[in-house]
Amino acid sequence: MTDTPLLELRGITKSFGSVQALSDVDFEVRSGEVMALVGDNGAGKSTLIKCVAGTHTADSGEILFEGREVHIHGPKDAASLGIEVVYQDLALCDNLDVVQNMYLGREAHDRLQRLKEPIMEQKTAETMKSLAVTTIRSIRQPVATLSGGQRQSVAVARAVMWNSKLVILDEPTAALGVAQTEQVLELVRRLAQQGLAVVIISHNLHDVFETANRITVLRLGRNVGIYERDKTTQQEVVAAITAGVPTKVSGIPHAATGAAS
Amino acid sequence: MSTDVEVVGQDTGPPPEEVSASGVEALVRRGLDNLRTGNLGVLPIFLALVFIVVFFGYRATNFFTAENFGNIIIQMAGTTMLAYGVVFVLLLGEIDLSISYVAGIGALAVAELQNPTSSRSGMSGLIAIPLAIAICVVIGLVQGSIVAKIGVPSFVVTLAGFLIWQGVIVYKLALPGSIIIQDRWINYTGSYYFSHLAGWLIAAGVTVLYGVVTLGSIAGSVRAGLKVQNKGLVIAKVLGVAVAAFGVVAICNSASIQGTPLGLPLAGVIIVVFLVVLTYLAKRTTFGRHVYAVGGSAEAARRAGINVARIRILVFMISSGMAAIGGIILAANVNSVDTNFGGGTLLLDAISAAVIGGTSLFGGRGEVRNAFIGGAVIATVSNGLNTAGYNPGTIYMVTGTILLLAVTLDTVVRRLQVKSGR
Repeated sequence: MTDTPLLELRGITKSFGSVQALSDVDFEVRSGEVMALVGDNGAGKSTLIKCVAGTHTADSGEILFEGREVHIHGPKDAASLGIEVVYQDLALCDNLDVVQNMYLGREAHDRLQRLKEPIMEQKTAETMKSLAVTTIRSIRQPVATLSGGQRQSVAVARAVMWNSKLVILDEPTAALGVAQTEQVLELVRRLAQQGLAVVIISHNLHDVFETANRITVLRLGRNVGIYERDKTTQQEVVAAITAGVPTKVSGIPHAATGAAS
Repeated sequence: MSTDVEVVGQDTGPPPEEVSASGVEALVRRGLDNLRTGNLGVLPIFLALVFIVVFFGYRATNFFTAENFGNIIIQMAGTTMLAYGVVFVLLLGEIDLSISYVAGIGALAVAELQNPTSSRSGMSGLIAIPLAIAICVVIGLVQGSIVAKIGVPSFVVTLAGFLIWQGVIVYKLALPGSIIIQDRWINYTGSYYFSHLAGWLIAAGVTVLYGVVTLGSIAGSVRAGLKVQNKGLVIAKVLGVAVAAFGVVAICNSASIQGTPLGLPLAGVIIVVFLVVLTYLAKRTTFGRHVYAVGGSAEAARRAGINVARIRILVFMISSGMAAIGGIILAANVNSVDTNFGGGTLLLDAISAAVIGGTSLFGGRGEVRNAFIGGAVIATVSNGLNTAGYNPGTIYMVTGTILLLAVTLDTVVRRLQVKSGR
């Protein structure tokens, strides 16, 4: 784990009309760690992520990536920085097979726009192998035939394949059973072990405590605090989510003042 | 026209490791695998076509003849061209109701352009045909842009187009009533027959081309270190194409009218050329991949960075362009364009052809060859009932029943496959 955060957000503010979705929010994630982003509905988790993904642009505040200030104006900007987002509803095409989904929108092709299927198939197989995704029978079967966990694995693998440095997972286990959840959490841990920065958004504190190194809590669009997994309890985090009491704040000092106000 | 490294589409074969038996065995096993997973493809409708042919072979004395075989090819050509375009539109989950009258506009345009007037002599068909297609592609551009950029439902946009283009045809032809097409190039699309030798050469060319493409695709897989399907299966497929190509030419070459030998109709070659080109476009290019993606999930496609509006517009341009080509062939069949052109059952025949063949109305599932086989079924039924002397009403009833049966079978099979846990 390095000391400079891979991604650092400072004082992000975003409002939709009269609704203040984010006020002066700080956030950071380092390479090789899993940072959980938790909070109740309407806490601003999704909005914050969309500012990073380029779906929204923050009204004010700065985004630092690898220590440099960057401006993200669209999904392509985010992708070119090495930021990939896996959305809750996966964004896979059911009618296409695993390889086709992995390369969706970025197909390998020659100058005549002809698809280079063998290359795509080979690289998909390699990626799946490196992530130890072994439950998928054939990477040429349509995604519609996969289980929820397998689909999530495909979505995560797709995010990882593009030399990404930061992978953001939005509720990756929301629709999964116990065994499949474990499968996905294992994959999340493996991503961090491979040196990627991982942000996981979740309602499920069990999942969060299973995977995350640190936990950022938001409430009503403000920072409540950052908790180290090893030095906190679920009760403490639940209290922070529901009541916004900044019990124990480590990391960014600014967060404490934000939460206190 | 899938080659042997089954790479794309729904009918992906079994995983490579299962294929190690002989060619026939591999084919059978693949068929069973598809059956098990509810992926019937064009098999049921192909069997239906065989049944129809056998049935009419018994019922009508002049149905099962080489001459009539050529007739059916020419009769299916126009509708099939429209149906090819329909497949692309349906893949997006959209609909294009304007195609029959856009076909009429295409036919009207070539007829007008080749027609000598007091001020100018008529244009050659070689110029008139591309111009007419271009006009219709622009129509597709406009309709597609309204759908994709403004967000008006395609049903409404193309229904309006249906009325507008019909209006244009009636308006333009109100006074002359009809325009006779004299240009030989245009009429060739409906009535040119290749010489016997040319027919054989075309059959040989098709076989060689298919073989080369198949081998090239396998070579690519080998280079990438992927497992390749069984050799026997490859040989069986190339042989199948060879038998089909030479068989069609043999039948066509044995036909004659009043002592004049006929041959392979140009219309048949047009059908196959577009089948191959459009299949290639749909299955082997980024554009085709994106069409399937948008049809499967427009939101997923958008998030993946695909320009969804651009894909939609291009598909409506293809649809209108194919309609124009179909319209020109249909006009060439009767050597004229009149105020009724594009009416009747043309629109529904074209959509039925695509759907009978197995293209889903909800997007994301279907292939160009569906339109080919659907077009063949519709033309064969219509031709057979005509030659057997049935009431024309019967044709509609039978075609409607086949459409219903084909789609019902497809739906039932897909239900079963959901139940079995897929």
